[in-house]
Amino acid sequence: MTASLPAAAPPGPAPGEPILAARGLAVSFPAGSQLAARLRGGEPRVLRAVDGVDLEIERGESLALVGESGSGKSTLALALAGLNRPHAGEITFAGRAMPRRRSRADQRRIQLVFQDPYSSLNPRLTVGGMLRELLRVHRLVPREQVAQVTAELLAKVGLDEEALTAYPRQFSGGQRQRVAIARALALQPDLLIADEPVSALDVSVQATILNLLAGLQRELHLTLVLISHNLAVVRHLCDRVAVMYLGRIVEVAPTEQLFSDPRHPYTRGLLAAIPKLTAAAAPDGPPAVAGDPPSPLRIPAGCRFRTRCPIAQPRCESEDPALAAPPGPAAAPGPDGPARHLAACHFAFTADAMAAGPPPDGAAGADGRHP
Amino acid sequence: MTGVLEVRELAVRISTRRGVVRAVDGVSFDVGRGEALGLVGESGSGKSMTLRAVLGVLPPEARITAGQVLLDGTDLVPLDGAALNQIRGPKLAMIFQEPMSALNPVMRVGWQIAEGPQVHLGYSRARAAERAVELMRRVGIPDPEQRFRSYPHEFSGGMRQRVMIAIALSCDPEIILCDEPTTALDVTIQDQILRLLARLCREAGTSLVFVTHDLPVVAQVCQRIAVMYGGQLVERGEVREVLLDPHHPYTLGLVRSAPDVENVRETLVPIPGSPPSLISPPPGCRFHPRCEFAEDDCRETDPPLRPLPGGRATACLHDERCAGTLELDRARP
Repeated sequence: MTASLPAAAPPGPAPGEPILAARGLAVSFPAGSQLAARLRGGEPRVLRAVDGVDLEIERGESLALVGESGSGKSTLALALAGLNRPHAGEITFAGRAMPRRRSRADQRRIQLVFQDPYSSLNPRLTVGGMLRELLRVHRLVPREQVAQVTAELLAKVGLDEEALTAYPRQFSGGQRQRVAIARALALQPDLLIADEPVSALDVSVQATILNLLAGLQRELHLTLVLISHNLAVVRHLCDRVAVMYLGRIVEVAPTEQLFSDPRHPYTRGLLAAIPKLTAAAAPDGPPAVAGDPPSPLRIPAGCRFRTRCPIAQPRCESEDPALAAPPGPAAAPGPDGPARHLAACHFAFTADAMAAGPPPDGAAGADGRHP
Repeated sequence: MTGVLEVRELAVRISTRRGVVRAVDGVSFDVGRGEALGLVGESGSGKSMTLRAVLGVLPPEARITAGQVLLDGTDLVPLDGAALNQIRGPKLAMIFQEPMSALNPVMRVGWQIAEGPQVHLGYSRARAAERAVELMRRVGIPDPEQRFRSYPHEFSGGMRQRVMIAIALSCDPEIILCDEPTTALDVTIQDQILRLLARLCREAGTSLVFVTHDLPVVAQVCQRIAVMYGGQLVERGEVREVLLDPHHPYTLGLVRSAPDVENVRETLVPIPGSPPSLISPPPGCRFHPRCEFAEDDCRETDPPLRPLPGGRATACLHDERCAGTLELDRARP
């Protein structure tokens, strides 16, 4: 629909190859006073926010990152976008390993949309000024076309041309999020990372933004990474889901498979914990997942979920389970390529252990509804 | 069923520089003994302001201009602060969204829980402390004897909300008002807190008023629901009936716009437009500018909340037009 705003088609890997891949990615932050730690003579305390993540994102797909607060999903997103420095691991983008400091051209191709557009937009720039500046700095369009392209961007996100001369404070929350999306799209990214884009919005406005994101993704062949704690939003919008727990991905699967056949006990608990519109009132019985998540300063040895796990065995205390596909014939490459359902649990693909777990009321409810 | 709390034609006005905001406009509802009522709506619908008016903690520029808040038959509206303090705690308790800002950061949590029984029930210091430990155990705080001496910052968000629940329960109130108590929590912790709250209230026969924007949360905790829009109550009834078969286009809009984890739809249906100005609300039905079913009479008459069969009520003149929309949505591939 636009002549001067081409869909991103840079040189890169063939279709089917990941556009972005992370190997053993780890991001940690020093915690507390480093001086005090040195005086005590001990090891400085380190918060391992992302602790060994392997992830491949395919071109054109929408991937959700879900998990509790403190699970490292936002830190992972910033690392993927090159906005913080991983201390280990590597990131490959469009077939090239990314250096620690990315070039401006590489930075441009991954854009972010944040939860609170009011604090992520410059209050002293009009929307038009903001978009023009981006286009100029990145030299994306010839000067004489800048006005036309900014108008097209606004039309794409469903804003009037009057918005060009308005400041962020003059918009409602939903409109501001549209501005934030327009700003991200101005740089013609290959990959859009949206970090809780609708969490601060009212339900009726959430729907407009979710529909907009879904439409843009189809229309512009964008790759979308959606970070959300709202699993209903994720199920609605995404092709694939990666579940994070304490800095690791513990399960990754195509969305419908994850919701109908979760294999990791944490995923099962997470799904069972979602309040449902048609559930029985006054839930009795134990909660879906007991206890609080451990502090990322003191990650349990062995499997990191074992302290809250209903099916934990002695083995889980010593052996850290890797993110793996089911063994045997089930792992054989299917029509969509290699095994797509991975889980980091010793018992993820053994039927007996799963049967011993608590009844996944949420998952069972979902089972019946999906062919 | 006798109503513990009866709110009658409550009106709250807020004076601002730009005019008088009619934040709550003629809201009436009852909460029965041991019953949980969910009060839902978007931001600016007046749900939190209603709750604060009931508790008597309105911001200074807001005041109640009409109506009654009857707790066990006593009207709370004319009472002064001292008289209200006698009621808040032993009869009426509140749980806020953000426990960190509701708790005293420099007081040990045990003593914060023990304060109510000391002040309202005349407990001695030692007996109140025992009661606090027992309450901490009941709300699922591990090692209550040790944790008694902790400060709020030493607790996680979920544990802090448990402390808030313990404080709310400390004087055995008849009704607990909750303002988005789990919005700031993770889904697994939300599940723990909702189960705990529902179980404790059922055991003690405590009534609940639960303000939230999250419809599935209401479905999980409450038996009845009241939907607010533009400062008015537009629909109320039994939770599942209202959510599965709404009789007001606004309720219908809320249900259709929220993604449902059990029912994936191709596209969500947003409510067009934006909420009304409460300084100069639109004439007639306040929802008519955004309503797909609006007729001429909707622009002229302000529809009253009228009873429907089955104890339900709606403020829509043409509520029959909502019927079947959700079934159509479900049937669509």
